[in-house]
Amino acid sequence: MDTNAVIAYISGVRALLSQYFEYILAGAGVTLALTVSSVGIGLVFGTLIALGRLSRFPVLRYAASAYITFFRGTPLLVQLLLVYMGLPFLLGTSIERWPAAIAALSMNSAAYIAEIVRAGIQSIERGQREAGLAIGLRPRQVMTLIILPQAFRRIIPPLGNEFIAMLKDSSLVSVIALEELLRRSQIVVTRTFRPVEVYGLTALLYLLMTSVIAHLVGRIERRLSVEGYGVVDKAGKQSRTAAISANPS
Amino acid sequence: MKKMVAFIKPLSFVLLCLLCLAVGSGQAWAQQVLKVGSDITYPPFEFIDDKTKEPTGFDMDLIRAIGKVMGVQVQIINTAWDGIIPGLITGNYDVIISAMTITDERAAAISFSDPYFSTGQVIAVRKGSKGISEPAHLKGKRVGVQIGTTGHFAAEKVQGAMILTFQTMPEAFLALKAGQVDAVVADEMVAIEEMAANPGQTEIVGEPFTVEYYGIAVKKGRTDLLKKINLALAQLKVDGTYDAIYQKWFGVK
Repeated sequence: MDTNAVIAYISGVRALLSQYFEYILAGAGVTLALTVSSVGIGLVFGTLIALGRLSRFPVLRYAASAYITFFRGTPLLVQLLLVYMGLPFLLGTSIERWPAAIAALSMNSAAYIAEIVRAGIQSIERGQREAGLAIGLRPRQVMTLIILPQAFRRIIPPLGNEFIAMLKDSSLVSVIALEELLRRSQIVVTRTFRPVEVYGLTALLYLLMTSVIAHLVGRIERRLSVEGYGVVDKAGKQSRTAAISANPS
Repeated sequence: MKKMVAFIKPLSFVLLCLLCLAVGSGQAWAQQVLKVGSDITYPPFEFIDDKTKEPTGFDMDLIRAIGKVMGVQVQIINTAWDGIIPGLITGNYDVIISAMTITDERAAAISFSDPYFSTGQVIAVRKGSKGISEPAHLKGKRVGVQIGTTGHFAAEKVQGAMILTFQTMPEAFLALKAGQVDAVVADEMVAIEEMAANPGQTEIVGEPFTVEYYGIAVKKGRTDLLKKINLALAQLKVDGTYDAIYQKWFGVK
């Protein structure tokens, strides 16, 4: 390959970066902000919906099931368009991009998190609940003081997955003109006509963010792990003591 | 033996299919194909016909007429607007006809034919809405555009306008009708078509505030192809075909 061509290419890419890197990076900030707020809100509502699914009252159970069925069973893209393009016609008033995006993303996230939390709650041994009741705690206290704290420790890995999935799915809000990472990259491509470099950079930035999240989730998991109670030990390996204590023979 | 037969039957079927494909593509080679990239979401220049479900519009008729003059078969490839120029450069298609304005930035990356249409950007608002009648009024307003269009670039030149970029023009107009944006900046004919398609919902305010020319684009270096297209375009203008197509889509000469 011609050295002059290589030099020209490198200087072209440098010009591209100096002109647009900050612009694209700011889009990554928007992506992160969208993800953190949506998963945060989703975690609160998802937990409530999970409790609804496990409720003694059939009305709550059916309502929670219906919610999960709808939001898990329809594409996030459709939900976004329904909220941003559809809802204004029903309400007769406009909705800004940010509230529309966070509403759609967090409602969607809540459905997935509800199932994660429900599985976590149901994974706690029945004896825990019985013991709590036996020492005189009310059912609500048993849930908030004994079951939920243990359940949350167990569901950190799937919650981390949900966070990573949401970070990637948040790119869909580009269809409602919110300028997150992907939309900003698309805008740059329509100006520079360099999809390889721009989308390559975009992919790297997504990868960087998901890797950092995966690392953080791993650290939290290790910090919250309890010796002898499964999950992982400090080295991040499956705890052997847990396996032994579960099978005393 | 039975097993053998059971195995050979589907295998021979697959081979037969492959043979058919090979013969089929061989026939297609008999006539040269001109691959045409276009973002088919842009009435009246390129859009999907409601009845036939085929690409139709001013550009489509024009490029098919050009193909006829050149003696090639025209194959339309529907392409998203934001990737349409990179797609030409990588060779996904030979030409772009997609109501594309000739700009200096684009001309630095691809080559344009002689202009075949002149237009300008206009501002469209919801019918009856007040306060916007010229570009300066877009300051502080939410302005819907299609990503990477000359409407997008023109709107960006207005200081203080809040630009919302949509993937296609119909989406930008939908956002306008939903009240999600206060105005849309679009090519004049596209805004007129939108007004005609959904009467009473949107209206154009003021006059076109840019002067632009559409061109057919080819990859840089394909001068032979460009020459043929320009020759065909000139011939269509002389023999009345261009005027007939213009009349069909815009009613006037």
